[in-house]
Amino acid sequence: MISVKNLKKSFGKLEVLKDISIDIHPQEVVVVIGPSGSGKSTFLRCLNLIESITEGHVYIEGVDLTDKKTDINNIRTEVGMVFQQFNLFPHKTVLENIVLPMMVVRKWNKADSKEKAYALLEKVGLSDKADVYPDSLSGGQKQRVAIARALGMEPKIMLFDEPTSALDPEMVGEVLEVMKQLAKEGMTMVVVTHEMGFAREVGDRVVFMDEGVLVEENEPSELFGNPQNERTQAFLSKIL
Amino acid sequence: MNDFILVIQDMLDTVGIDFKLNIIVEYLPFFLRGTLITIGVSLAGIFIGMVLGLFIGMGKMAKSWIIKLPFVWYVNFFRGTPLLVQLFIIHFAVMPSGSSTIASLIVTLSLNSAAYVAEIFRAGIKSIDRGQAEAAHSLGMNKVQVMRYVVLPQASKRMIPPLGNEFIVLLKDSSLGAIIAAPELLYWGRAATGQYYRVWEPYLTVALIYLMLTLSLTYVLNYVERRLDTE
Ligand SMILES: Nc1ncnc2c1ncn2[C@@H]1O[C@H](COP(=O)(O)OP(=O)(O)O)[C@@H](O)[C@H]1O
Ligand SMILES: [Mg+2]
Repeated sequence: MISVKNLKKSFGKLEVLKDISIDIHPQEVVVVIGPSGSGKSTFLRCLNLIESITEGHVYIEGVDLTDKKTDINNIRTEVGMVFQQFNLFPHKTVLENIVLPMMVVRKWNKADSKEKAYALLEKVGLSDKADVYPDSLSGGQKQRVAIARALGMEPKIMLFDEPTSALDPEMVGEVLEVMKQLAKEGMTMVVVTHEMGFAREVGDRVVFMDEGVLVEENEPSELFGNPQNERTQAFLSKIL
Repeated sequence: MNDFILVIQDMLDTVGIDFKLNIIVEYLPFFLRGTLITIGVSLAGIFIGMVLGLFIGMGKMAKSWIIKLPFVWYVNFFRGTPLLVQLFIIHFAVMPSGSSTIASLIVTLSLNSAAYVAEIFRAGIKSIDRGQAEAAHSLGMNKVQVMRYVVLPQASKRMIPPLGNEFIVLLKDSSLGAIIAAPELLYWGRAATGQYYRVWEPYLTVALIYLMLTLSLTYVLNYVERRLDTE
């Protein structure tokens, strides 16, 4: 589904990703953990080319993102992304946030788009918020709208970059609940998070990243219970 | 009306203020005509300046420095040299000789305000959080769609106050047209002074008219800003 081969990313002289290779399979939920600044966000952002790739290859369903001929906007509709800071469009209502890309990118007509948008809002439990502006929503509600908006493109893969890190603790649960539901439905997901409970419960695989390197990966119970690498051990002892 | 003015004139004379209202009365039609030209020239200037400024602002945001260069220097030149010098160059050198002074004034104001608008435009776009464009791109929108549906609608709101200020500045700067004898408001003030060798009456009137124009503009702008805030 996603195949990353020897991915390298530098910002100027700073090498942030150093030779990363990983395969992510259909319906798999991969959780990426690691200290701040280790390159987790950069890694995710390379998977939909929001960040350019310095070296190596990323294949999404066999299509090479680094190939100049690849229609990147087309790929991006297949790969949804949810950001730590939500990034809802503040000048659009909740419904319009979801409908806009449907009409502009997918070229669906207004009636169909609205119908789909209402269904998505229902799914994330926000049917009553369709006509308000994002400003009046809580963090948890904003993030659920952002998830609904990404799902509106009917992506095959969803990327989550610390989706609950900007939330008050009491709102984390409602967002994780939506993500769990999504995983249950068989969505392929790559999730950067510090929510170890979520990683254990939902993750098929946990990947520990440090200083731009994939240090260790394993099933959640193995990685948390029996980490092999010193750096993994050190990191886990700090956060668990 | 005339009686009223005579009464006021009497009062001024008795308190010993040397101020001849009849000069203002006589020149009032010219002042009004000048005011209309001032307004017209300013509107034309800001309108053309905005169209050109959008274009120049986009040029300045180009990735390639070779494309950027001429736009950068356009802005440098028009913001870094006196407007009066620009007016002289354009009127006496660039425009074909014998072309109208009003045309020269409009061209100068347009080119000059385009440089400022370009900067306002660029700053407006830069002020929108990068996450907005990233989110839009991640949904599959192309560059044009991101600009049109996400960035510009938000940036244009932020551009309204500085654009309004630019319009006020431009309206005042249009008075430089008097120097090349473009028949705008200040030109008629100078004409009256030339005829009567009187300074206070014409220039005070002209100043008051400018003040009325700029204050009403400020009022409209504040109103628009408040409307945008509550939205
Ligand atoms: N646009 C950028 N320009 C320069 N350096 C960047 C940029 N984005 C991230 N970095 C740097 O790359 C490193 C990894 O950042 P990031 O991927 O955000 O880490 P994480 O998400 O794991 O906290 C950090 O040192 C960060 O300062
Ligand atoms: Mg990060």
